[in-house]
Amino acid sequence: MANHHDHSHGHDHHEEHEQLKVLGFWIFVVTDCILFGTLFATYAVMMNSFAGGPTGKELFEMPGIIASTFILLTSSFTSGLAVLAMNKGKVNELIAWLAVTAALGLAFVVLEVNEFTHLVHEGATMATSGYWSSFFTLVGTHGLHVSIGLFWMVGLMMQLKRRGITAVTRRKITNLSLYWHFLDVVWIFLFTVVYLMGVM
Amino acid sequence: MTQHQNHGDHNHGSLKSYVIGFILSIVLTIIPLVLVMNQMMEKTALVITIMVMAILQFVVQLFFFMHIREGEKPRYNVQTLILGLVIVFTIVAGSIWIMMFNKY
Repeated sequence: MANHHDHSHGHDHHEEHEQLKVLGFWIFVVTDCILFGTLFATYAVMMNSFAGGPTGKELFEMPGIIASTFILLTSSFTSGLAVLAMNKGKVNELIAWLAVTAALGLAFVVLEVNEFTHLVHEGATMATSGYWSSFFTLVGTHGLHVSIGLFWMVGLMMQLKRRGITAVTRRKITNLSLYWHFLDVVWIFLFTVVYLMGVM
Repeated sequence: MTQHQNHGDHNHGSLKSYVIGFILSIVLTIIPLVLVMNQMMEKTALVITIMVMAILQFVVQLFFFMHIREGEKPRYNVQTLILGLVIVFTIVAGSIWIMMFNKY
């Protein structure tokens, strides 16, 4: 009896600790938000500093940008479906939705690499002007976040395969989906401020 | 009716809320896209409209995807977010404002 009590108490404590870690991760996400805030501020200041070089309006190819916007939006949705599958305790469904999310994320990164290659071929590199420096820093930092998220996702899928849904893997999936939704939110502002305002 | 089974603490969200959030996000992406591609407004109005759409979509994701309301009672997550947004606003608005004086 006493033993059982101890065990359940220990379990509660463990759950509480995991929830605290989710809060800690949330605080990281907020600080990351501040990082993007500073990059957006730099971009806003550099918005018209083309130094006689090419402008965004001349070089942006909207079809690819629109495609990547909907791809990332859908992947944010599928990462939510992964969390739903986790709450239902279905580990295979969870891994499947994570795989879909990762595939969409990979497609997004590939499109971004293509876009950057295109821009560099057209003569817009990081050293071209203040505008392009801030553009590549801002968009590139977001792309780097998505790429890191992909490695994290694949690692978690392997861990889920081996350990199943535990308090620890549950917390990690919760954090990953928070991170992924956050990246989608950052992209919404990138899409609006950089691309839509850029081609206006 | 069957939705009421095992309503545990960490049973965040439902398929319905994710689908609603997804549809709202798509609508809030398509509207500014159509407005900009067809140049349907005067420039300042257009900038304000698409920024409002982006902020609305941020709010939609916050409520329907990130479940910001479902935290434990002292909502440290909301408090942290508000602090972060105040800092972001200060940095962005402050930078734009001060650098306006640099463009003569």
